[in-house]
Amino acid sequence: MPTITLKPYKTPELMLECYNITPDVFAGKKPEEIAELEIREGKTRVKLGDFFEASGSSGMTAAETDIHIAGDCTRVKYIGNKMTAGSITVDGNADMYVGGWMKGGKIHVKGNVHSFCGIAMEGGEILVDGNAENYVGCAYRGDWRGMRGGTIRIKGNAGNDIGTFMLGGTIIIENNAFIHVSTHAEGGTVIIKGDVQGRVGGQMVKGDIYVFGNIQYMLPGFKQVDKVEKEVDGEKATFLHYIGDLGERHPKSKGKEIYANLYVKA
Amino acid sequence: MPKLITQVGCPYCGSSCDDLEVLVSDDGKKILETHNACVIGNEIFHHVSSPSRPKKPRMRQPDGTMKEISYDEAVDFTAKTLLKSKKPLIYGFGSTNCEGMSAVARVAEKAGAVLDNCASICHGPSFLAIFDNGYPSCTLGEVKNRADVVVFWGCNPMHAHPRHTSRYSIFPRGFFTTKGQMQRTIICVDPRETDTAKLADMHLMIKQGHDYDLFDAFRTVLRGHPIPEEVAGIKREKIEEAAEAMKKARFCMIFFGMGCCHTDGRNHNIDIAISTTRDLNTYTKASIMAMRGHYNIAGPGQVWSWQFGFPYCLDLSKGTHAHMNPGETSSIDLAMRDEVDCFVNVGTDAGAHFPIAAIKHLKKHPFITVDPNICMASEISDLHIPVRVVGVEEPGVVYRMDNVPIQFKKVIDGPEGVPSDEELFDMVYKRMCELTQTEPFWILAKGHAQASTPTEH
Amino acid sequence: MAELLVKGGFVIDPTRRIDGDVMDVAIKDGKIVEKVGPGAKVIDAKGKVVMAGGVDVHAHVAGPKVNVGRLFRPEDKLFKSPNAQKNYRMEMGFSIPSTFKTGYDYARMGYSFVMEAAMPPLHSPHVHEEIHDTPIIDEAALPVFANNWFVLEYLKNGEIENSAAYVAWLITATKGYGIKLVNPGGTAAWAWGLNCLTLQDPVPYFDITPAEIITGLIKTNEYLGLPHSMHIHQNNLGNPGNYEVTLESLKLAEGYKAKNKFGREQVMHSTHIQFHSYGGDGWANFESKAKEVMDYVNTQKNITVDLGCVTLDETTTMTADGPFEHHLNGLNHLKWANVDVELETAAGVVPYVYDKDIKVCGIQWAIGLELGLYAKDPMRTFITTDHPNAGPFTRYPRIIKWLMSKKAREATLDTFKHKDKVIDATNIHGIDTERTLYEIAQMTRAGPAKALGFSRMFGGLAPGMDADVAVFDLNYKSMPSDPEKIEQAFQRASWFIKSGEIVVKNGDIASHGNKRTIWVNAKVKENPQVMRDIHEKFLKDYTVGILNYPVHDYLAPHPLVIDVDVEA
Repeated sequence: MPTITLKPYKTPELMLECYNITPDVFAGKKPEEIAELEIREGKTRVKLGDFFEASGSSGMTAAETDIHIAGDCTRVKYIGNKMTAGSITVDGNADMYVGGWMKGGKIHVKGNVHSFCGIAMEGGEILVDGNAENYVGCAYRGDWRGMRGGTIRIKGNAGNDIGTFMLGGTIIIENNAFIHVSTHAEGGTVIIKGDVQGRVGGQMVKGDIYVFGNIQYMLPGFKQVDKVEKEVDGEKATFLHYIGDLGERHPKSKGKEIYANLYVKA
Repeated sequence: MPKLITQVGCPYCGSSCDDLEVLVSDDGKKILETHNACVIGNEIFHHVSSPSRPKKPRMRQPDGTMKEISYDEAVDFTAKTLLKSKKPLIYGFGSTNCEGMSAVARVAEKAGAVLDNCASICHGPSFLAIFDNGYPSCTLGEVKNRADVVVFWGCNPMHAHPRHTSRYSIFPRGFFTTKGQMQRTIICVDPRETDTAKLADMHLMIKQGHDYDLFDAFRTVLRGHPIPEEVAGIKREKIEEAAEAMKKARFCMIFFGMGCCHTDGRNHNIDIAISTTRDLNTYTKASIMAMRGHYNIAGPGQVWSWQFGFPYCLDLSKGTHAHMNPGETSSIDLAMRDEVDCFVNVGTDAGAHFPIAAIKHLKKHPFITVDPNICMASEISDLHIPVRVVGVEEPGVVYRMDNVPIQFKKVIDGPEGVPSDEELFDMVYKRMCELTQTEPFWILAKGHAQASTPTEH
Repeated sequence: MAELLVKGGFVIDPTRRIDGDVMDVAIKDGKIVEKVGPGAKVIDAKGKVVMAGGVDVHAHVAGPKVNVGRLFRPEDKLFKSPNAQKNYRMEMGFSIPSTFKTGYDYARMGYSFVMEAAMPPLHSPHVHEEIHDTPIIDEAALPVFANNWFVLEYLKNGEIENSAAYVAWLITATKGYGIKLVNPGGTAAWAWGLNCLTLQDPVPYFDITPAEIITGLIKTNEYLGLPHSMHIHQNNLGNPGNYEVTLESLKLAEGYKAKNKFGREQVMHSTHIQFHSYGGDGWANFESKAKEVMDYVNTQKNITVDLGCVTLDETTTMTADGPFEHHLNGLNHLKWANVDVELETAAGVVPYVYDKDIKVCGIQWAIGLELGLYAKDPMRTFITTDHPNAGPFTRYPRIIKWLMSKKAREATLDTFKHKDKVIDATNIHGIDTERTLYEIAQMTRAGPAKALGFSRMFGGLAPGMDADVAVFDLNYKSMPSDPEKIEQAFQRASWFIKSGEIVVKNGDIASHGNKRTIWVNAKVKENPQVMRDIHEKFLKDYTVGILNYPVHDYLAPHPLVIDVDVEA
């Protein structure tokens, strides 16, 4: 696949807002044109080329375009913002909003990501080799329509607010998480391979959560109903099946209330 | 003859009492006595005549000392600094009027600044909860006239809002609560035995940091499901008893404070408190309210919401639209992540309230304080600009904790030559327009009202 | 002030029965005049339609509940806020725009005046702060009365004179304009979590019925002779089968005659009638009763109505009908805000998505338009969306398009998932009426201006009236076959002149113009009992001092005060 390589050569004084680093914008553009794209440092309008050296070639469409950021993006926000197709690889860390409002394509961050990774995501895949801060796959402030589709996989730890207001899609945290998983969720699946401190599934209406490690503080609104055998993310295990949040409203189907499910490895 | 001014508003806490009486000297220059105020309110009125109060801007000199400069010089420095910065942060507004907040917003928009207020480190999480889950609330008169069960969750009004309990929440005799305290059941949720807890009929001594779990337990009980024997350090029976009292109330009021919105989970604690309030409305009437700290800290939330659509953490740097996302555009996060390159502290003391690490980051760049008094922030600033004291020397609209607007008076004239916040920021705005060679514009043309006669002749 | 001449347009001015005549409109010193000198700036309106500035009789644009809507819906701004116009303030929000955007967008549509439809008196300083931050357009606000303790007490005892003295005091103190009723008695009941769904439900404690409140306030209004009539949001809003309560309420106006010196002829303005014209006994057999309601309105000359058309958008509902918002929250489970205001009123706010693929939403859409098409007297039927309840005011041009074009209505019907069910439950498919530009000018200009009692200033283009002149890019002689062009023309006026100043040019803001706050200064002869009652209630029951309650003059810095003197 044609690849555009961006090599960071200068650290900004503040943060860079790079809404334009997406296959959708890069498609059909030459490296010189890409270097001219506007990005923001605070209120100042600067060019992508002021901070990155662009080389290689792009495809005609987003789907045919691969972006390789050969360096660290600790101070770069909005990588893959609203992208619909194609792929992005970041060799180091990335700042906030990686894959925010993403609809399709793939993002691979080899380092850590900051908060709001996959915010209001609708489709596509995000893979983070390191840790994520808070708000993985969350909703924008005030919106009741959170993550709707796609997959986010964090190989390290994640902070709080994972999958808040989630409606669909899958989030996998391969290590530990802090607090608030699937709060207010009405769908989707969150899989935590490690431990969670607490507040798992609070105010949750529908959807599924799997926890392979310990939940230090179980919410009082969850009740164990069963013990089941399941294969989750390629691992077979026995889980205690809880339903909840019993304090929250729940829709009815054929006269029966539908609850959210929490599976904790036995 | 000294003059007694009545129904004066108090520029201290979020109770925004407007029943003070102030005795002013013959010449209208000195405050002699205040009546009805709490000790802190009283102190604010008397403090204005403190001889140590600065009456001129002071600029930091290369040798580290502060030197008095003129207001013109101060305005010029502020305007130039704001224009030059890539992303200034203008923060504060715990203690000013809405007119000042509006004037600052015009400056911030022109400067491409981030505009934030003390809620950012205070009831900010409560805003996040309101965004996500709403806010079934009421004015404080409803509490006084109707509430028969009052819950204080993570707040201690006996100390933080000294007259709250006597004016609104525990003691007053209202229209349907003619027996006052006798008619009210007070529930206090607090890990400490505060003075408010001592007054309460029921004190739930919650395990610190487990507010969310306890609310979840209340909600689960309200829906008729069993809960574990103990949640958040509280026995099941006690939770059921409290839930029953709230459910059986004619009007249940929940007040919450920092103890609830700043323990783990923050906004989610308030969010589930709001859900609980909504649940209670299935059975009876229930309302919830944030115990806002300052007399007009609800003000910027109102003014900036009608001007930009957001109450706090407004990033205006994009020029074309405002962006808000606390966690990113909130003052402490911006400071800690080195996202701003100029700091203007208005009507508050970031020096005292911010984590020291955040202040260290901010101090890498120009640091300006606008405040009537010497405070920690003013003393580490590059420039300190004193202004008049709202509610004492400057009138204006303030919003009480229940978002009721109250038109505050002034009782004496301010020191000569010292502007109000509004006047100061309008000067800064005009100077910015001069420097950028743009036309200043005001929403309202000055003085154009025309006579029209709608009646038939 | 400069002279202007709007030259050679197709003038539509129902106040003088002018329908598309090619004429000039001369402007001097903010007024329309017979003629201007040769030095006047000429605005070429050739081939375009010229109308007076629009008058909105009912919208929620300023005040506490509007601001709750703004505050608690960040998502209403996300990716939805257009870019600011250079050198003007930022414009934020879709369904509940910022004050700046509100002023700019009304001006872009050629509107001069907007009535804020519900002012909680205790919050009136807030309402006025927002009004004076709303550029260009003139505004007034209606304080709410139908759940106010004073009014309930006086009316229970049949004391119209006392009710009038209190109402006059309050309108003047809050710089309000008239008498607004929202869910009479029901909102007072809501303070205890209850409601009044019929006109006979007694209000808890006060022991008065909604019917008594409605007639009492009609009498109070005519006793005072206010410029506007009693303005009512009826009981049982939004529920299937509510049209019966609606008709019952409307009938309460029978026998009353307008008594005022402002040229107003009606005694009741029934607002957002769409929400009150529902049949069926549940959502399953929910249906339109637009015809039944409008047939009655058509026969009653002392009633005016506005439509409250559903625009099929994601919007924010907000009303002083507190119990309704609680009920709505139970239906859609989105966030819910509520404010009960001591002694006076309440308000609720809930976001709402009018989804064209939901049958009920489609029926609601049809009902609003049916009412606008069945109306026999466009001078008594006004276009609104009850902004932002049924949709944002920025959709008025779309409603005009639907009312003017059957083709446009059918095109929208065709997009519905449940088109057939909507057609079955409504009459919209069978209505061929297409409103004319003249009728649109009646429904958006001449009519509401007359109902609000300022037809001498607004709503027409006769010499002596305010120089509010809108020029739309529509050829009267050959109207476009594409209805979208109608919507576009009304969305962005070619020119809009407000109080004699050009404020919009080619759909862009050109000036902040001359904004005014209009309020009524109502005087009655001294009434010691009422003044005593007021002082006592402030002392005992309110939490704000009486001296800090009346709105200070500086908060309405450019007032246009209308004196109403009952003694005189």
